[in-house]
Amino acid sequence: MKRRDLLGSILIVLLLWHIAALLLDRPILPTPLVVGGALLRELSNGNLPRHFLVSLWRVVASTTLAILLAVPAGLLLGQSARLNRLFAPMIYLLYPIPKVVLVPVVLLLFGVGDFPKIIIIFLILFFQILVLVRDQALGIRPELLLSVRSLGAGRRALFRFVYLPASLPAILTALRQSVGTSVAVLYIAELVATQWGLGYYIYFNGSTLFNYPAMYAGIVALSLMGLILYFTVDWLERRLCPWQFIK
Amino acid sequence: MINLISVTYAYNDQPPVFQEFDWQVGRGEAWAVLGPSGCGKSTLLYLLAGLRFPTSGHVLVDGSLLTRPRPQSGLILQDYGLLPWATVQQNAELGFQVRTFYGPDGKHAPSNLKANLSVDPWLERLGLAEERHKFPGQLSGGQRQRVAIARTLALRPDMLLMDEPFSSLDAPTRESLQALILELRAENNLTQVIVTHAIEEAAMLGQKILLLGQPPNRNPEIIDNSGSGHAGFRDSSEYVQLVRDLRRRMGEG
Repeated sequence: MKRRDLLGSILIVLLLWHIAALLLDRPILPTPLVVGGALLRELSNGNLPRHFLVSLWRVVASTTLAILLAVPAGLLLGQSARLNRLFAPMIYLLYPIPKVVLVPVVLLLFGVGDFPKIIIIFLILFFQILVLVRDQALGIRPELLLSVRSLGAGRRALFRFVYLPASLPAILTALRQSVGTSVAVLYIAELVATQWGLGYYIYFNGSTLFNYPAMYAGIVALSLMGLILYFTVDWLERRLCPWQFIK
Repeated sequence: MINLISVTYAYNDQPPVFQEFDWQVGRGEAWAVLGPSGCGKSTLLYLLAGLRFPTSGHVLVDGSLLTRPRPQSGLILQDYGLLPWATVQQNAELGFQVRTFYGPDGKHAPSNLKANLSVDPWLERLGLAEERHKFPGQLSGGQRQRVAIARTLALRPDMLLMDEPFSSLDAPTRESLQALILELRAENNLTQVIVTHAIEEAAMLGQKILLLGQPPNRNPEIIDNSGSGHAGFRDSSEYVQLVRDLRRRMGEG
């Protein structure tokens, strides 16, 4: 994606927003200019940055936790047909359950604070990453494994030199998919039992204070966070998988 | 060097591919294993590589029973087996990396493991020096197979096992790589076993040819071809005669 194209899209979205706000002419949809003013105000009084950082921390912590646990598990299942046969039915069963509905349960179990929010996002990402990494490992050509084994590689070396690097693109794909999911889940997870985070901020300003410009400032901040995470994944992919970009 | 004693091999619930099969290969000999698809020639090579094990009987290499891939054997497959995410240089060094990973344990790596070996001479020799920073996806089929050869030879094997190594390459590339295999044979005391379905390739590269037929294979059919081993052999009447003979025998099977 070119920087110029991105800038163009942003301008088009702002323009459409502005037209819609003028047409609707109600407080519930302020113009981008009004929201921009609110954004600057909320940024400068230090309120919004703190909400932003709290949310970012929750997303990054849960993603990191999901990668650290799901990647080894996925690799393990992907290289052993027997283990995979054992666990595949369980994954099929658990994967489609919308984990968001577990929010009240997790809150009850883990109480207030960051931990339950992190757990919720983690639960969702864990399965996404697990399945993608497992399938990538299952898809490694047997000839590749044979020839690396013929160089002397046993199970540990196959992990290190074949399975792990082969799973990198799957991890990054899973990450890209999970950015959207985790931002959406973040909003729901932050609705209750917290006073910090963009989810809380948006809800509080919109439904309690009826401060719509500030609410939209929170939405913009949440979108920006998603965008930053997307670009981070792109950047990581270019760094870690240069071979995927050759022509 | 290789000793197959009464080897029987069968895939799950299927009739055996080999039945009480005996076969000997001497040190430094160059063999071609020729046969139609499904005759078990790749299976035979995997048995020699220690990647499959006989249902009954024994496979001895260099006097010892194979229980796992032997560090001194090199294996080259038709589909190259290169890591798509690693550069030419990294792919060629993979064998060293695996050995360093384990250390000289005599199991995954030879017990007299030498450190700081370089693949550069092999990359130079195989014309890959310019390509060292490219990924396999950027190379032609012939170049990829050269990388696989460099990776294997850098480990200084005493035995080279090849499974249809040149089948997916165009004719000029195939002939230049065949010439390379002949050169290597002349330089080192390398035992070679090449599996192929191409009669011409078997005639060019095999000083002895093992002909396999429809399974089960019981008695090895061996054709002596000691006249081969130099590039000019392709134009000799001996070669033409041999190819004709092999074609007739394969047709009968």
